[in-house]
Amino acid sequence: MTALLTILVLVCIAIAIWQLVKIFDLAQVGKSNDQIATDKDNAINGYLMMGFLAFIYIITIWSVVELGDLPLLSNAASEHGAQIDNLMVISLAVIFIVQIITQFLLHYFAYKYKGEKGKTALFYADNNTLEFIWTVIPVVVLSGLIIYGLFTWNTIMNVSEDDDPIVVELYAQQFSWKARYGGADNTLGKANVRLIDIDRANILGVDESDPNAQDDVIVSEVHLPVGRPVLFKIRSQDVLHSAYMPHFRAQMNCVPGMVTQFGFTPTITTAEMRQTPDMIDKVAKINKIRAEKSEELIAKGEQPLERYEFDYLILCNKICGKSHYNMQMNIIVETQEEFDAWMKEQKTFKNSLIN
Amino acid sequence: MSAHADTHEAHAEHHHKETFMTKYIFSMDHKMIAKQYLITGTLMGIIGVIMSLMFRIQIAWPEEPNVIFEALLGKWAPGGVMDADIYLALVTIHGTIMVFFVLTAGLSGTFSNLLIPLQIGARDMASGFLNMVSYWLFFISSVIMLISLFVEAGPAAAGWTIYPPLSALPMAQGGSGMGMTLWLISMAIFIASSLLGSLNYIVTVINMRTKGMSMTRLPLTIWAFFVTAIIGVVSFPVLLSAALLLIMDRSFGTSFFLSDIFIQGEVLHYQGGSPVLFEHLFWFLGHPEVYIVILPAMGIVSEIMAANSRKPIFGYRAMIASILAIAFLSTIVWGHHMFVSGMNPFLGSVFTFTTLLIAIPSAVKAFNWITTIWKGNIQMNPAMVFSIGFVSTFITGGLTGIILGDSALDINVHDTYFVIAHFHLVMGISAIYGMFAGIYHWYPKMFGRMMNKNLGYIHFWITAISAYGVFFPMHFIGMAGLPRRYYTNSTFPLFDDLANTNVIITVFALIGGAAQLIYLYNFFTSMFYGKRAVKNPWKSTTLEWTTEVKHIHGNWKGDIPHVYRWPYDYSKPGHDVDFVPQNVPLKEGEEELQH
Repeated sequence: MTALLTILVLVCIAIAIWQLVKIFDLAQVGKSNDQIATDKDNAINGYLMMGFLAFIYIITIWSVVELGDLPLLSNAASEHGAQIDNLMVISLAVIFIVQIITQFLLHYFAYKYKGEKGKTALFYADNNTLEFIWTVIPVVVLSGLIIYGLFTWNTIMNVSEDDDPIVVELYAQQFSWKARYGGADNTLGKANVRLIDIDRANILGVDESDPNAQDDVIVSEVHLPVGRPVLFKIRSQDVLHSAYMPHFRAQMNCVPGMVTQFGFTPTITTAEMRQTPDMIDKVAKINKIRAEKSEELIAKGEQPLERYEFDYLILCNKICGKSHYNMQMNIIVETQEEFDAWMKEQKTFKNSLIN
Repeated sequence: MSAHADTHEAHAEHHHKETFMTKYIFSMDHKMIAKQYLITGTLMGIIGVIMSLMFRIQIAWPEEPNVIFEALLGKWAPGGVMDADIYLALVTIHGTIMVFFVLTAGLSGTFSNLLIPLQIGARDMASGFLNMVSYWLFFISSVIMLISLFVEAGPAAAGWTIYPPLSALPMAQGGSGMGMTLWLISMAIFIASSLLGSLNYIVTVINMRTKGMSMTRLPLTIWAFFVTAIIGVVSFPVLLSAALLLIMDRSFGTSFFLSDIFIQGEVLHYQGGSPVLFEHLFWFLGHPEVYIVILPAMGIVSEIMAANSRKPIFGYRAMIASILAIAFLSTIVWGHHMFVSGMNPFLGSVFTFTTLLIAIPSAVKAFNWITTIWKGNIQMNPAMVFSIGFVSTFITGGLTGIILGDSALDINVHDTYFVIAHFHLVMGISAIYGMFAGIYHWYPKMFGRMMNKNLGYIHFWITAISAYGVFFPMHFIGMAGLPRRYYTNSTFPLFDDLANTNVIITVFALIGGAAQLIYLYNFFTSMFYGKRAVKNPWKSTTLEWTTEVKHIHGNWKGDIPHVYRWPYDYSKPGHDVDFVPQNVPLKEGEEELQH
């Protein structure tokens, strides 16, 4: 497969170069080649500029049509996610409009005013009104975006303790995640990596003498009750990591020696998300790809791939070493009852220690 | 015996006091130093691009054996399958080489050295000796960076931003041992080189302009190089201090950036430091750095667009004002790289504000370029098509900065492929287009010969198509949540539907990479077989085209020409030709433009 594609690429390159050499050679017939653009060069490149404009539009349209459903633009699973998506759509719209107009002007002018012998350019050095216009327009548009953006940012980052968020510690290490719940009192016990005692299974360095720590619960899969704010307190034991939860539009770095935080309210349970039409489509598409790949693998005598089922994820998004590409943990959003039932099954910190 | 002495004497007389060593190796002539920078930068660029093609192949066809890997990576690709550690190393060194060695030293070093004395009317740089030292420090740092590729545990692999603790702890990553030590030494020397160069440029521009060359008669290239040098002097020392503190943390047990670390079963002694401090120090240079890269390209493009449109640059004063505004703002926006670093969210608000402000002077520049070609008589020389390409990619890449600079939106696209797409278009591809434009335009000045234009066109069009083919779809896989610096995406079924797009991107990258061979062929063969250049092939107005084709020390045979007008008198009414060089006095009754 690789070899075939490589050969195809090389053939394409060869053909492209051959064709282009022919085009440009045609422009040179009967001319002394002094390596300075002639009217014919100007004309050919002028047309190519228009062709290139078309190419930019085509790749834009192709990307939006083919890849536009990949971005997680419509299925945010958190309360503030909708706000971010809204701002994103507005920003993208502004960008696309500006992009289409300015690229058109640039390439069209390059084509329209391509040089010809005997033509004279317009001596036009400045115009303060024009400069003023295209200073003010960006100012106005950007002011709008800045104000909207800052408003959104402040809502997201100001986590209020009054909302009674469930406090969950995210704990990062090369190359896995752990999570810790505050237990019945919803208060995390003190912790520091200096207190880690592997022999006693105190892997997060929780302070054993802290009364708040006794009922803490340490797990390898985050469960969250839907509709209740969650406040992540984030730690790392070794290097920088980043807790990236794309479906919740959430991300915060994990910094050794420091506790960072990020809060949001999940709005869609995992079960509900799996049933949304978008997600059914996406999962079906992915499973089709995986099935094809599995056939190849079986033909080679290897294990087929497992079927994919959607789950919210937390990914590491800050380069952290060799297995950075495989540092993940599932997040399950469920109803309060399901959550309570799950929580009841977990061991408290006090009981998980090996004495 | 006597015959030998005779030839030796004749030889000495013929060459005056120039020997091979002083002319080509330890030259103090700015034109030769420019060429040295260019060739060294080109060689580093070849290495950087090959690295990127290797990791692109790995992303498209993950963990498949490949003979190229086996041949080039040796023990890092057992059986031809690329190792995850070396993947990160390739990404890291690709970034370092392209940002610093190619687009800082290669671009700024080449054209500041070549053009500052020639365009302001000076016989050489203020200090030829410092200039020579600057180049040789750059050369040494390049060599050290290349040596680091061959150390036992691998080269630095913590990303080009080398955030500690990953970069500080050899037990966290193999590349953080000897590889990182060499990386830091190389960068420290690089910074010294850059500072010597920048100080020289600043002093030369301020003190050595010819008679009549006021600051408002400077070509925009010089304005750009001048301001770039100032940004470099302000910000590079901060990176140097960050590097020195990191060296101390690594080697002498201090705790500037490290605290509370438990790794491989033991607690380390570090306490009280913060990696966030390193991020601040790094980006205090790191962000101005992207303007150090792009401003010279902007200057070059402004110059070439005016000359080839046969029109004055539109809004000369606005262009200078926007360069200054960008320079000032560039030093107060670094925090937008750190919205999710754990710094105070209020700081995030401030940096969002300053960051989006910088879009304003950038927009002004883009509109001015577009207006410059409006109603022009555009000569589509290879330098010109690259300049138009520059404006195109600068707009495409720059616009997505509105998303990344907005803290709320950055949360979800931070460190994804969206970022890769953004900065490669806006500063990578754009700056390299500026560099190519400059090379095609000033090649006759550097080497006395012309490059082949047809190869130039082919080079441009394949590169232009590939650049969009590579980086445009990346925005979308970034918005789909795909993180950067992943050795393979196959551990996340969630991303399986992106695999085909990644193959397409890699195919475009391979085509684009191959197109650079055309350029290299053109560049190196034209040196010897290109058509001989005339004095002013592009009919430009600036002073460098008043010098002889053959380089002489001191640039002008007689007196240095005086300057009587601004550099953009193209197609000025009342003149027989469509360009009036700067050294032509005003005609009687002719008014100099109130620019």
